[in-house]
Amino acid sequence: MSRLILSRRRLMSAGTVGLAGLMLEGCDRLSHAPRFQNAIGRTEDLTKASQRLLLTGQPLAKEFSATQISPVFKPNGSVMPDSDAYQELMANNFADWRLVVEGLVRRPVQLSLDQLKAMPARTQITRHDCVEGWSAVGQWTGVQLARVLNLVSPLPQARYVVFRCADDLANTGDASGLYYESIDFFDALHPQTILAYELNGKPLPVANGAPLRLRVERQLGYKQAKYVMRIQLVDRLDQLGRGKGGFWEDRGYAWYAGI
Amino acid sequence: MTTEAIETPVATKPRPPSRAREVIHRHSGVVRLTHWINVLVVSLLLMSGLQIFNAHPMLYWGSYGANFDHAWLAALARSTPTGLHGGLRIGGVVLDTNGVIGVSPGPGGQTLVRGFPTWATLPSWQDLATGRRWHFFLAWILVLNGLVYLLAGALNGHFRRDLAPTRRELSPRSLLASVVDHIRLRHPTGEAAKRYNILQKLAYVGVVFVLLPGMVVTGLAMSPGVDAFAPWLTTVLGGRASARSIHFICANLIVLFVIVHVVEVFLAGVVNEVGSMITGRYVLPREHGQ
Repeated sequence: MSRLILSRRRLMSAGTVGLAGLMLEGCDRLSHAPRFQNAIGRTEDLTKASQRLLLTGQPLAKEFSATQISPVFKPNGSVMPDSDAYQELMANNFADWRLVVEGLVRRPVQLSLDQLKAMPARTQITRHDCVEGWSAVGQWTGVQLARVLNLVSPLPQARYVVFRCADDLANTGDASGLYYESIDFFDALHPQTILAYELNGKPLPVANGAPLRLRVERQLGYKQAKYVMRIQLVDRLDQLGRGKGGFWEDRGYAWYAGI
Repeated sequence: MTTEAIETPVATKPRPPSRAREVIHRHSGVVRLTHWINVLVVSLLLMSGLQIFNAHPMLYWGSYGANFDHAWLAALARSTPTGLHGGLRIGGVVLDTNGVIGVSPGPGGQTLVRGFPTWATLPSWQDLATGRRWHFFLAWILVLNGLVYLLAGALNGHFRRDLAPTRRELSPRSLLASVVDHIRLRHPTGEAAKRYNILQKLAYVGVVFVLLPGMVVTGLAMSPGVDAFAPWLTTVLGGRASARSIHFICANLIVLFVIVHVVEVFLAGVVNEVGSMITGRYVLPREHGQ
């Protein structure tokens, strides 16, 4: 009897190890299976719906005091767009740079950095949460996106605000690798959603997105598009890039980055 | 727990009662089902969590923390004359974890600079987006499964009856006696085996009411969306970087619990213990000396 139990015991241990191995192999296979990944990715909709429910009252993201600012605000992703066009704009201190706002709007506009700075500014000390897990606290100054959208009068069918950037993060050399991002009006009209031109009281450094970057404080870092050149209002996202609404979204990350 | 005595089938004459196998109904259907769902879900949450950790294998205290800030824990890949060497720095101490943490072999035997090794992460290759998709999908299942378990345990009296330590059990004397029993690998038999012992109760209570809910809460505290809704949550935990550190520590404590739990299952009789978590029926170990 004890022999039988011993062998049963051994069998169970061996079985457990074998099962674990099979499980790992299976999970790797499932990680490669687009249909399975699409299916489990549907919980992202559940996450978004739950968070949007909690955020119905449009609360502000936590703001910090000046003493809590990170000594160094870590730049990530592109730190120096290398296109000739961007290099020329940078050489002239972005005096020739114009923010183009177009798409499903009544009055498309082009705004210079000075024009943006002449608009009412908002300064906020917030925490930047990277999808990788690190965080940095910085003070941002810029113009609320809602004010810029007001200037152009979005058409009723406009649902998303798309940010087209100067950096070729995929390093493809053509437009297919250019960074872009998108948010919906729930976040676009939030008071803390700003187009920032200053970091910690100084002009936005190139490494952090000069001359203008998006701050959408209730989402992760990859939504905070840097080197914004053009803002486009659209009714759907599937015709841009690879159709997922952003550079990292096209590479598997969730469009809603609230977690 | 209902008790039913099952007589061992004997062809000729009945055996004396002491030889009878006493079988009790140990685990309810809800406990059994949620337990095995948790085995799968917590394992995969751990592995997808390590995948996410690998994207930035450093931990900090406070509101923020990035490469230029002081990390209290960091996976290292140091250059040595013989090549890259993996390590783990915790506070001021550097542990040699080469081959597992910091630097580990890849599927083709190549050297990978990686927080945790391929066999510990989901997916095995470096892929943060897929790791996150798994992690949040599994987190929803953990929460739903946990709610079913908690609701059932609270309503049917399981927590009060089987998990809540009594005042007497919590006395230093009884705690010490239980510690000694565990060290000597003595497992309760007969009547005593019908109940969880006090260390077992404390371990289960700790995991069920502290560590697993703690994982969910510290996980949510890292979410910028949840932070905007309930900034006090992240503040109470000491900031987002702290919440991430506590999330990692709780995960490690759960791993520690699982190791002890599985060792105890083997010591107490793996067939009977695992069997009782599958069928609910548990054969009471005989009294000592029988």
